[in-house]
Amino acid sequence: MAEKTKLKGAPGEGDATAATAGAGASEFARGEELPRAQSPARQFLKKFLRRKTAVAGFVFIVLMLVIAVIGPSVVPYDPNQYDYSALLSGPTAAHIWGTDEFGRDVFSRLVAGTQLSLGTALTASVIGTAAGVVFGLIAGFCGGLVDAFIMRVCDVMFAFPGILLAIAVVAIIGPGLTNVMIGVAVFTVPSFARIIRGAVLEVRSELYVEAARSVGCSSRRIMFVHILPGTMQALIVNFTMNVGGAILSASSLSFLGFGASVTQPEWGAMLSQSRNYLATAPHLVLFPGLLIFLTVLAFNLFGDGLRDTLDPKLN
Amino acid sequence: MSEPLLSVQDVSKRFPVGKSLLGRPTGYVHAVNDVSFDVMPGETFSLVGESGCGKSTTSRLIDHLITPDEGRIFFDGDEVTALSERQMRPLRAKMQMVFQDPYGSLNPRMKVQDIIGEPLLVHTRMSAGERLKRVHELLGTVGLSPAHGERYPHEFSGGQRQRIGIARALSVQPKLIIADEPVSALDVSIQAQVLNLLRDLQEHYELTYLFISHDLSVVEMISDRIAVMYLGTIMEMAPNEELYARPCHPYTQALLSAVPVPDPKSKRRHVLIEGDLPSPMNPPTGCPFHTRCPHCTERCVKEFPKMREVSPGHRLRCHYDGLQLPA
Amino acid sequence: MQDALLEVRDLKVEFKRDRKSWITAVRGVSFSIHAGEIVGLVGESGCGKSVTSLAVMRLLSKATSRTSGSVVMDGRSILELSDREMRDARGNDFSMIFQEPMSSLNPIMRVGDQLAEALRLHNDLSREEIHARSVEALRLVGIPEPEVTLRNYPHELSGGMCQRVMIAMAMSCEPKLLIADEPTTALDVTIQAQILALMERIRAERNTGILLITHDLGVVAETCSRVIVMYAGGIVEEAPVEELFERPRHPYTKGLIASVPRLGRRVHRLPSIPGSVPDLAAMPAGCRFAPRCPMARPACEAKVPALVQVGEGHRCACPYAAAGASVEYAAGIGGLADGAGAADATAAASGATGDVSAQDAKGVPTHE
Repeated sequence: MAEKTKLKGAPGEGDATAATAGAGASEFARGEELPRAQSPARQFLKKFLRRKTAVAGFVFIVLMLVIAVIGPSVVPYDPNQYDYSALLSGPTAAHIWGTDEFGRDVFSRLVAGTQLSLGTALTASVIGTAAGVVFGLIAGFCGGLVDAFIMRVCDVMFAFPGILLAIAVVAIIGPGLTNVMIGVAVFTVPSFARIIRGAVLEVRSELYVEAARSVGCSSRRIMFVHILPGTMQALIVNFTMNVGGAILSASSLSFLGFGASVTQPEWGAMLSQSRNYLATAPHLVLFPGLLIFLTVLAFNLFGDGLRDTLDPKLN
Repeated sequence: MSEPLLSVQDVSKRFPVGKSLLGRPTGYVHAVNDVSFDVMPGETFSLVGESGCGKSTTSRLIDHLITPDEGRIFFDGDEVTALSERQMRPLRAKMQMVFQDPYGSLNPRMKVQDIIGEPLLVHTRMSAGERLKRVHELLGTVGLSPAHGERYPHEFSGGQRQRIGIARALSVQPKLIIADEPVSALDVSIQAQVLNLLRDLQEHYELTYLFISHDLSVVEMISDRIAVMYLGTIMEMAPNEELYARPCHPYTQALLSAVPVPDPKSKRRHVLIEGDLPSPMNPPTGCPFHTRCPHCTERCVKEFPKMREVSPGHRLRCHYDGLQLPA
Repeated sequence: MQDALLEVRDLKVEFKRDRKSWITAVRGVSFSIHAGEIVGLVGESGCGKSVTSLAVMRLLSKATSRTSGSVVMDGRSILELSDREMRDARGNDFSMIFQEPMSSLNPIMRVGDQLAEALRLHNDLSREEIHARSVEALRLVGIPEPEVTLRNYPHELSGGMCQRVMIAMAMSCEPKLLIADEPTTALDVTIQAQILALMERIRAERNTGILLITHDLGVVAETCSRVIVMYAGGIVEEAPVEELFERPRHPYTKGLIASVPRLGRRVHRLPSIPGSVPDLAAMPAGCRFAPRCPMARPACEAKVPALVQVGEGHRCACPYAAAGASVEYAAGIGGLADGAGAADATAAASGATGDVSAQDAKGVPTHE
């Protein structure tokens, strides 16, 4: 309603300028109350909240992020504290998700490890995405030979399975969580370069970009003011989806022994160590596996929801 | 007589189509073919024709959004066709466009005031405050209120968006406005509003319009001079009254005869011309209209007719005089 | 007069907005169409003219819309038919052609196969018979080489040819009623003239009833015998074509006719209707045209005016226009402009939005 009063106040000024300009205005006036102003953000929120699974995914992600931040300081046990009185114990009151072969509390390790696993995946995604966006923008905007070169390099990288590429990178620069991050980031780059290039090409053909040119905008302004924001939607959606994949890849690398060291409570590494006890202590595999599964699922559901909400064709 | 503001001289443009294995085009669309005209300051010059006749391509050539293969275009003393994209930019302050599609031509992620203020941002050194003040003035000029500036394009109806597009074009006080089918996407009652607005703006700001449309009734209302295009070629060019009173080209006559008139009593006989528009990829030899022309002769098939003056200001591209379509 | 071919009574169509609320797109529309006449359904975008035709054809999704009222075609109540009977009726009893001829045809099927499919659905025919009927159907719509066209894909044909094929498909089972939704809007004027002439020929030869939906008053004036004018989901006026253009009663119809630029009658400024079509979700109370109407009075906002008989076959949904008030008002364009000034004052007084000035009054058009 506030908007309405604002509009009501306006005609006075409008009239004055219209009168001095001597240009036609009245035909437009009556019966033409614009619908209540809704900021795009608000509309987005309204639509997004309708997608229950996506909201659930989002809530879970937020929960995990909170755990990642405060987790290490609130866990009941030190994640590396050995307890020889309770080796391979199943879930009990003292150790709700049981203990591992050294008597370390699985729950504490998983909570403390959230930071490591999520952090690795997020950092890798951010680095990979940023590089991919830069290459994609260059390719899409310059076109021609530059475009051909960047896209052919991407094609070559696509020819390798992503995880294999990451293994190759880690094999060259050595194991360790930082290098896992780099490895995962490297195989993120080509897919983002391709997505952003596609989005740039699509937005570039929009009439409003031509309109911007005819207005007299410089190439730089067209690029950053008119084209880049148009690709954000594709970027955000794919980034979200990508984090899920990055968690899986980072965990896999750790599972294979390329990533976290044995003492680090990284989810993939924990899964790797406990596979020997699959028959005797299945809870050791169950909880890290479940956590990885749920986190990846949450990111994918959230990403799906984002895409559906942002895609005007699906609304 | 004064100098023309815009002068288009023997301009042609072909677009390559398809690609062979070696990346060579397999054919060309002859979009614009040997087009020449002058637009005088303060007048409304219209290009009219059916889809694919090259009228929109012509407007994009003038605005330097694409470059012609042949011919030259002069605007306000500068040769547009000789300028680079960067050199062209300052010239764009004097030449603005209004697009057909009021939905596609406004960036959906920008506020209306930023859209209207963009030419000012690009071409002037105004401060943000000055710009906003000017934007509010412009909104008033086109019949919107300053409060509308805070909104996004999707909140407006088609007619309102077209007003926003017009305000954007006006912001830098251009000499020439190229309006590419500015009303054809609008409802009848809204179309009249926008036409009136264009007319008022022209009177007040002494604007020159290059008006592009397929609608002969709209063109008749707004134009001073009219060029009729067919398959990339101007077939006939004349002052408004002259063209509607004495159309000389059989195509112009057919076009005029085909326009439905909202008067059931008029009961004019339509002269139907047979057939479809030939493909611009493979235009007919000789006169482009000969495939559909009821008066076609051997000469028409062989020889591309020259533009010639039939009466002062009335130019015609037809080998013959005094052709009339059979009733 | 003979019985109507199609009789629509109190048709109401609503669309689902969200779980609970519905938006009314067509509110209580009644009209009829007789065999061998072309009825024009005119209005601006969003007036409900296309929705009306889709509802008559029962082509609206049941999940997102609901239709009430009655539609009687040849004595059968359309809205009560089973889906199966309905499928049978489409094509046989009535068929439809759409605005976009290119996208209404399947791009990966040959024209001949699509035509054959339409024929096979409704008739039990041999291959040869189908071929013969297809050729005949294309010949009817004026396609010069039907044998060649049958083997073409839609993208190989021009827009005008596609629309001819669409009409051929629609006419292939000899329906009694043809609904044409903006059939020429996407076409050039010279092609439009050809298609309109074709529709007139079909009407004359086959005695088909045609409902022609369009926004173009020129098309209506030249092809239709009767016109229905819709605004914001309701009929505001209905009259034989000459009567409508000579003596329009409803202020909306008057404004619409006045605001079309006419060939051969050059004006400096066009009279125009202020404002724009209201949003379906936010319809004004009472007469939906009142906020834009130059002769609106406070009473107009009280209730929706009913269609009343004002002449032979002439109905109008404006009590003031129907009463004597209309006589001076009908004076023409100048009257509309003066009225606009007066109404501006009331609108300003009631606190309407936007800027309001008596612009129309200034622009009294000059005739040449």
